[in-house]
Amino acid sequence: MTDLREGAITQILPLPQPNLDNQEFYEATRRGELRFQRCARCGTWRHYPRPACPECHSREYGWELSTGQGRVYSWTIVYGPTLPAFQDDVPYNVVDVLMEEGVHFQSQVLDCQPEEIREGMPVEAIFVPVDDDITLVKFRRNRDA
Amino acid sequence: MNELQDKAAITGIGQTPYSKGLGRSEYDMAVEAIFSACEDAGISPREIDGVVRYDMENVDEEQLLAVLGNPEIRYQASTSWGGGGAVSVLVHAALAISAGLAETVLVFRSRARGKKSVYGKDPKQGGRYWERTEAHLPGLNQWHVPHGLVTAFQEMAMITRRHMIEHGSNEDHFGAVAVTTREHACRNPQAVMRQPMTLEDHHASRMIADPLRLFDCNIETDGACALIVTSRERARDLKQVPALIHAGALAAGSHHIRLSTLFSRPRDQDSAVRVGRQLWQSSGLGPGDMDAFFCYDFFTSFVIIALEDYGFCKRGEGGPFAEAGGLSFDGGRLPTNTNGGQLSEAFIHGLNNSLEAVRQIRGTSTSQVPDCELVLSAGANTDPTGAVILRRDS
Ligand SMILES: [Zn+2]
Repeated sequence: MTDLREGAITQILPLPQPNLDNQEFYEATRRGELRFQRCARCGTWRHYPRPACPECHSREYGWELSTGQGRVYSWTIVYGPTLPAFQDDVPYNVVDVLMEEGVHFQSQVLDCQPEEIREGMPVEAIFVPVDDDITLVKFRRNRDA
Repeated sequence: MNELQDKAAITGIGQTPYSKGLGRSEYDMAVEAIFSACEDAGISPREIDGVVRYDMENVDEEQLLAVLGNPEIRYQASTSWGGGGAVSVLVHAALAISAGLAETVLVFRSRARGKKSVYGKDPKQGGRYWERTEAHLPGLNQWHVPHGLVTAFQEMAMITRRHMIEHGSNEDHFGAVAVTTREHACRNPQAVMRQPMTLEDHHASRMIADPLRLFDCNIETDGACALIVTSRERARDLKQVPALIHAGALAAGSHHIRLSTLFSRPRDQDSAVRVGRQLWQSSGLGPGDMDAFFCYDFFTSFVIIALEDYGFCKRGEGGPFAEAGGLSFDGGRLPTNTNGGQLSEAFIHGLNNSLEAVRQIRGTSTSQVPDCELVLSAGANTDPTGAVILRRDS
């Protein structure tokens, strides 16, 4: 039998497919803004995007500007196996950042060696356009914080 | 006490050989395991009147009817969330029987999950699902896959790291789980990994997604498992010592692919912890009553976390418990995954560990716990999940 596996492996960088729940997020990142949903009634921030506030059940919300500041909450250093799109970067970091607004966001710290990452390390958002539609949010160290 | 207590029993277990690559279809493997479970129970496949499967299972009820001789299936259900539903299938089987909706329920899982296995077009069919990640991500994995967090073991590394930070687990603890589980596998001729492992071997294995090393991860295998669940009365007339489903519980909660909500939710309110509480409350039993534990050991660190989730250890004490030999069939306080688990026996989406739970109740394990009467079997603890307490019929 022919080996179907090789042809089946995803070679390109997988990208978000914005939808009706989250397209405002991606419209904002294209402008270089990091925005999260915030409840219009009780002020609770939330991520992932969703239609209502889990605290007060209000369906009224805005897409409000984040300070872009956060701290590393958890991380991994990926050695592989991983997808071909990331293979040239191994070992690379992936972090969970607890943003000042209290939401968790996963990304990478671009200016940091694997062994330098610490829990609580201050980071700030930067914007990396990938194509006309998608700008990814990455992080760099905030040495002033 | 709840309504399903001791109403149903596992009376048949069956499996294929386990291997890193069998070169067989999932359909073919499923059928072998199912016929084997029927033979073990001493029933005809035509007597099956209920089917519970994982919703990811690719072999469906219609395909089953076509090989089982068209039995009159009057109950069917499936459980969601992959490994989270690995034991929920048994809860549903017990519910169907206790409600009188079926008398003989088949539970099964078939997986061509060896890393070079290919089967069908669905991304979840065969081999490494993540190698066939969609190029455009409409789901919640869009929030981390584009940043290189692609696979379950990478997500698990993030969750493991938090346990290290908050509760002090470390690579010696993880290594102890790997080594004890391998000791069990070495005694089990069905296990795929039977080379003895030392703590040094564990620490020397290559880093996959720091802090997880190769020997912290489940193996990638092909194979299928099946169980036959029937009423207690009927089970008593059949060949095997019945493994009564004494208690069962389910809970929704976080999933490891959704780290933003998982990290926002207190662990002690999440699914596995609540399943544990429900089990102890409904049965009147406690962790100290269990003679053995079967958990979803997709990664060594999650055995430690499961010990804590289900109340066998306090937070932060699961690692030292494993390091002190607590998981060993040979004198450990809580013999765990005595088949070698998914770390060393096979990765049949958790169902192989429930087969071992039944063997312990029957007294037929290759690492038998003396006088084993009560065991807990639990699904993946980073998912919406379920668990059962099995009891030897007396
Ligand atoms: Zn609100």
